[in-house]
Amino acid sequence: MNWLVETGYFAAAVVFILGLKRMSHPSTARSGIHWAGIAMVVATLLTFLHPQIDGRYGLMLLAIVIGGGIAWYSGNKVEMTDMPQMIAIYNGMGGGAAAAIAAVELMRMSDNPALIEQHGSLALWLGVLGAMIGAVAFSGSIVAWAKLDGRLKKAFNFPSQQLINMIVLGLTVYLGIVIAAVEPSSSLVLVFFALALLFGAMLALPIGGADMPVIISLFNALTGLAVAMEGFVLGNAAMIIAGTVVGAAGTLLTQLMAKAMNRPIRNVLFKQFGGASGVEQGEIEGSMKASDPMDAAVQLAFAERVIIVPGYGMAVAQAQHKVWEMVELLGERGVEVRFAIHPVAGRMPGHMNVLLAEAGVPYDMIADLDEINNDFETTDVTLVIGANDVVNPVAKNDASSPLYGMPILNADQSRNVLVIKRGQGSGFSGVENHLFYLDHTRMVYGDGQKVVGDMITALKTL
Amino acid sequence: MIEGLSAVYILMLAAFVGYEVISRVPVILHTPLMSGSNFIHGIVLVGAMIALGQAETGMQQFIGFIAVLLGAGNAVGGYVVTERMLEMFKTSDRSKGTDAANGINDKEAR
Repeated sequence: MNWLVETGYFAAAVVFILGLKRMSHPSTARSGIHWAGIAMVVATLLTFLHPQIDGRYGLMLLAIVIGGGIAWYSGNKVEMTDMPQMIAIYNGMGGGAAAAIAAVELMRMSDNPALIEQHGSLALWLGVLGAMIGAVAFSGSIVAWAKLDGRLKKAFNFPSQQLINMIVLGLTVYLGIVIAAVEPSSSLVLVFFALALLFGAMLALPIGGADMPVIISLFNALTGLAVAMEGFVLGNAAMIIAGTVVGAAGTLLTQLMAKAMNRPIRNVLFKQFGGASGVEQGEIEGSMKASDPMDAAVQLAFAERVIIVPGYGMAVAQAQHKVWEMVELLGERGVEVRFAIHPVAGRMPGHMNVLLAEAGVPYDMIADLDEINNDFETTDVTLVIGANDVVNPVAKNDASSPLYGMPILNADQSRNVLVIKRGQGSGFSGVENHLFYLDHTRMVYGDGQKVVGDMITALKTL
Repeated sequence: MIEGLSAVYILMLAAFVGYEVISRVPVILHTPLMSGSNFIHGIVLVGAMIALGQAETGMQQFIGFIAVLLGAGNAVGGYVVTERMLEMFKTSDRSKGTDAANGINDKEAR
């Protein structure tokens, strides 16, 4: 039966790559995930015939039913807006599984040193490395999930945090070397895992705000690597290929995101972005001035150049179709409209592009930060829909702000600013937005979809 | 079984494949792709099953059980989330918007 299993794994690995390839084109993306899904089912079923397995099929089925059932239920129940944290938690599960595989294998080697010879020392080293990476991805992803889900509100900072992190990391690596080079004793393995888990959590704890997507992507890549490493230990080609492909792809994706934010990954990890809790925020001059959809529509209709800045709020309100309808109306009146997408608008990179594409907005109307940031000065009206931190001028002006240094869209430089917003609260980072208090800013409160709908009605009567 | 250096070759080639596949991706698909690649490392489930199948002591069986449970969660959850996302993002279906709008919660916009 071995040849059947091996052939099946090989085919699954090929289909995974083809599936990923299909997922990278908009028109074939959906079939890509279906292909990969079928490959996964086939690989899992074939594993029941795997020659290295002797028994415990009942336990296996039970674990698959419990784990898969919970994930199926929660994955279907979760709101679209909460997707990022769900990706984080499922990714953490993968990292945890890789670490647990390593734990079982290391314990077996510890009980039966002959196995080390059989596996080869390279597999042992890679297994230990994978165990560490997997454990870090596991605890780190759980912290990322808890933060995005609002279960962990505070950023955790304490004196000489980085030094302590480095010490924990150093100890973990040292123990890993001892395990791989000297002997994988069970008690050492336990301490090793405890330290690796601690390091993952401590790595993610101080990170907050806009850096979260980058961290989730990084943990995703790490889990891929951990899976590939454990693939070595088990001599499993499907795991090696799929894990490495994800590791490489995830690393590139992480770099793309970090680059888009102009924050090197080093800074994301070690310069605490959302962490400056307790910093007094300066007095804000001016007040928020409310407006209504009618006035807003008039302002847009008689503008020459308009830039729309969508954010997470637009996604929540599902306002993208209405927004595009309004833009089409404005276009008929000869208003030049463009969309400015901040790299981290929404809570995932590319979130806004996807929503606008769904609504039918043509590609050439969508500009990213570098393309459009100098054009705000010559723009009559900037319409901010559900975006907040990405247009907050304190990121440029106020060195004490946790947002300081993040590239933002220069909405404040346009002649007029309209902000559609659900309420008066502050953004994801918890920092007050000075843009809302400017003299040339008007706030239109309400659900994005409804407000834009009202504006469309008003535009039609003009 | 794959051993020693041939495994390193596989690793190197797979790394290039992963890099190439992603490097031509439009920004619009970054989110689903991250989720899709998250699903693909759910193949860890296969390894977890093998580990549980080889487990000897009670402790090893327990950890193996947890491994399968977590691996299954990764695979199933990753699939469901990616599929839902790609379904929502397809271009032609406008009626979906109102369904998803029910998901409004009170988290503030960024």
